[in-house]
Amino acid sequence: MTFPSLRKLPFYSQANDRLLSKFWKLLLPKTDDELQELALEAKRITQLYFGKTLRLYAPLYLSNECINSCSYCGFSRDNSILRLTLTPTEVLQEATYLWNEGFRSVLLVAGEHPKFVSLSYLEECVTKIRPLFPSIAIEVAPLETAEYQRMVEAGVEGVVVYQETYNPELYSLYHRFGPKKNFFWRLESVERAYAAGARRLGIGALFGLAPWKEEALCLAAHCSYLLKKCWRAYLTISLPRLRPAVGGFTPPYPLGDRDLFHFMCAFRVCFPQVGIVLSTREEPAFRERLIPFGITSMSAGSRTEPGGYTLAGIHALHRGFKGKAMALCEEEKKGAKATEQFEISDRRDAKEIATVLKKMGYEPVWKDWESCLNKFKSQ
Amino acid sequence: MDCIATKSDFVIAGKHFQSRLLIGTGKFGSHLQMAQALEASGSQIVTVALRRVEIGSHKKEEDILSFIDSEKYLIVINTSGAMDAEEAIRIAKIAEKAGLPKWIKLEIHPDPRYLLPDPIETLKATERLVKDGFVVLPYINADPVLAKRLEEVGSAAVMPLGSPIGSMRGLETRSQLEIIIEQASVPVIIDAGIGKPSHAALAMEMGADGVLINTAIAIAEDPLQMALAFKNAVVAGRIAYEYGSGQVSKFAMATSPIESFLWK
Repeated sequence: MTFPSLRKLPFYSQANDRLLSKFWKLLLPKTDDELQELALEAKRITQLYFGKTLRLYAPLYLSNECINSCSYCGFSRDNSILRLTLTPTEVLQEATYLWNEGFRSVLLVAGEHPKFVSLSYLEECVTKIRPLFPSIAIEVAPLETAEYQRMVEAGVEGVVVYQETYNPELYSLYHRFGPKKNFFWRLESVERAYAAGARRLGIGALFGLAPWKEEALCLAAHCSYLLKKCWRAYLTISLPRLRPAVGGFTPPYPLGDRDLFHFMCAFRVCFPQVGIVLSTREEPAFRERLIPFGITSMSAGSRTEPGGYTLAGIHALHRGFKGKAMALCEEEKKGAKATEQFEISDRRDAKEIATVLKKMGYEPVWKDWESCLNKFKSQ
Repeated sequence: MDCIATKSDFVIAGKHFQSRLLIGTGKFGSHLQMAQALEASGSQIVTVALRRVEIGSHKKEEDILSFIDSEKYLIVINTSGAMDAEEAIRIAKIAEKAGLPKWIKLEIHPDPRYLLPDPIETLKATERLVKDGFVVLPYINADPVLAKRLEEVGSAAVMPLGSPIGSMRGLETRSQLEIIIEQASVPVIIDAGIGKPSHAALAMEMGADGVLINTAIAIAEDPLQMALAFKNAVVAGRIAYEYGSGQVSKFAMATSPIESFLWK
């Protein structure tokens, strides 16, 4: 492999070389006919391993407070935005809304802020919503193994940590300030989560931050390594592309629709059993086009701000900028809600998505886990 | 073709079945399609993963169980997702509490990719569940010794794999399966990897007591027709087994032998 950033990754030598070579060859430019051939193989494999079903989940944002300064993220401390941290009771209010929508799988998302999003706060939120959701995953700042263990004992089953970019130089350029600057600490977090007992591990890169083929190859190498090291875990990847957000960041290496499709098909052919997650970042029509060729799980009706589903916690809304909280004046309060992390492209609600899936010949799967398999302490 | 053409019933734990085809319920494009395929298959035993079922007050209208007539089919809960004996036992207990039949298809696979069963945990869980009064049908690798050990602790059948779940590669473990069938005192149901009706017919010709099919029907272009094809293949294979399949020979065997007039 020619990319220097791949060789800088600690797991490089333990990834499956032959598989990476195959993946790399599949990423070479393709004519429309060649791409179609690859896509048909990806479709066949997806159906063989996952059938005509698609799992649905919803993100639940707990807080958009953050101490990191990341140039592409709407929650960056350098952005003067409307911020909010839900109380555990308000989290339950949001969770109940999602439960009534039909969801049984939820992803708790929060910015990195030890004061507002502490470990005990996360534990309390998980404990509160555990009776509703057999499957709870978290996408929060990287934790220590013992901390992940506390999350697993609280009822967390899945841990999602996107590396954003696997290129260490670019990583350090985008992550200007804050604990997130530590590239390797983040890189190794899913292994710590696995050691702590997490059953489902989600990784990914944020496409647009680095040249996509290089990123794709590093992501594949990470997958290949994790499949050996964390062999008991169910692995998923996500291929999010940068969306417009507060801060006006322009992706320097945009990933086009055709390339994303090509990449996903190549990945599916090389990693038949790895789940591929698709979020509402993508446009409805494009989401539907991608589904048969590799997608196994998708979010629906998502909101990317705390309190987004029910306006829970709106009373505590304030303006946050560089660590300072400012109260809103009466004029500002009118109709105000927390700032979203990024703009959603697919605004259809869960029921609409389920109807579309059925029309496409897919059974939407709302529940695919049993809470008795979770390792929370009371057992 | 009718199941009645076979000589004997299929008996598990004292319960008689006319069909020797068991159906798994994952991967179908819709619950309705699954229900139609079940009907066409003539199956009487249906396995369902508890992780997909909503039980108690959480039950939704579209839940998978509302598409399976429990009067018509024996619903056997499978423990998919369990990584060890403790987890599998917990699933069985929840199913029992929910009023589902005390029949458990034991699946313990710590590796979520190939879903290969853990023999040690499977043996442990079988022993415990049998003591607790469950009818246990353990999914195992094609391991003849394990099959006998499971029989000794009271499993009602053994369910060895032909190849990994969902792979549709057929009976890659054939020589081991033949030993299991030869030695078994409980029904042998070939569980995973059967991708074509001809694989199912072969398993039955070899003397398997039944086969379990899921992926091959669920992802077929027309699951209903494929269910019908499997139904017929299973019956054909069983009849061939009961009446003795032809012997394999290296040489040509004339269908109109010449001996009769040469030595007249």
